[in-house]
Amino acid sequence: MHELPVTQSILDVVLRHAERHQVKKIHAINLAIGALSDLQDEWIQSYFDYIGKGTLAEGAKLKIERVPVVFRCRACAGEFEADVREMRDITCPTCGKGDLELVSGREYYIKSMEAE
Amino acid sequence: MSDVRLIEIKEDILSDNAGLAEELRRRLREKKTFLLNLMSSPGSGKTSLILRTIEKLRDEFSIGVLEADIDSMVDAEKVASRGVQAVQLKTGGFCHLDAAMVRTGLDAFDLDGLDLVIIENVGNLVCPAEFDTGSTKNAMILSVPEGDDKPLKYPLMFSVCHALVVNKVDYLGLSDFSMELLRERVKKLNPDISLFEASCKTGQGIDGWTDWLAGEMRKHLK
Repeated sequence: MHELPVTQSILDVVLRHAERHQVKKIHAINLAIGALSDLQDEWIQSYFDYIGKGTLAEGAKLKIERVPVVFRCRACAGEFEADVREMRDITCPTCGKGDLELVSGREYYIKSMEAE
Repeated sequence: MSDVRLIEIKEDILSDNAGLAEELRRRLREKKTFLLNLMSSPGSGKTSLILRTIEKLRDEFSIGVLEADIDSMVDAEKVASRGVQAVQLKTGGFCHLDAAMVRTGLDAFDLDGLDLVIIENVGNLVCPAEFDTGSTKNAMILSVPEGDDKPLKYPLMFSVCHALVVNKVDYLGLSDFSMELLRERVKKLNPDISLFEASCKTGQGIDGWTDWLAGEMRKHLK
């Protein structure tokens, strides 16, 4: 729902780094977004295509890596991936306990850009 | 020949918002003002819970309310009628509050005279969870008629909150809502969350919530 302000932030951050590295053109931007985020990939890209016009990032492809939800079991310290939307059955696959801690899945991160 | 290189950025997408939120938290610590960010879906009882909270805590603390309900003065008027400072932010259809909007709202208060400011965030379980408002603590309401499956559908919201008020417990028994199942689902996402069963209508369970809030405030104001 709020893809536009998020996309604007991505553009701002990337252009700041482009200036620092004296970049002529940005081809792609690598993002890591946690599976818990409700952002829609297609919307981010189309907003980006729109607001990026006339900047160094015009036409850049957003490559989005979805970081899985990973829990750590507080009983045995084992880590495992889970689909939170199927959470009724989430317990530690090693010891069967349900006292869990969220390790990843909330990322909102610009990793790098491909530029010349 | 094009010379494409990989440039490392390693920056949070919302780093500007996160930076501003930290700045707000610093300012609030200096002013000894506790900022509570209250979130929920529309109609779950945010305004009612705020009114109940004011009723319980007004003798001990001075309270302000920052209303972000979409283009309506109704909530601010209800709150102001209880003799509490209220500021209405016109969010114009925006789906959430960010730290910049909260700063604008806080500028309208005299923070020196306020112990507690409650943000009534936009009614929405998705977007407000993504944006740090600079709050000292986050709390949310889930009302019984919404169903016990909401942690499965909106996991991020349940994982960013320090407290959950399950409102409208007077509706329990009218549907297949299971408090036990809800508790289990919430605790899996967020084992440290404090959960309170309450009814803003009857007043049941409100003390548990206000005791928690007052305790957190005393820790902060120390």
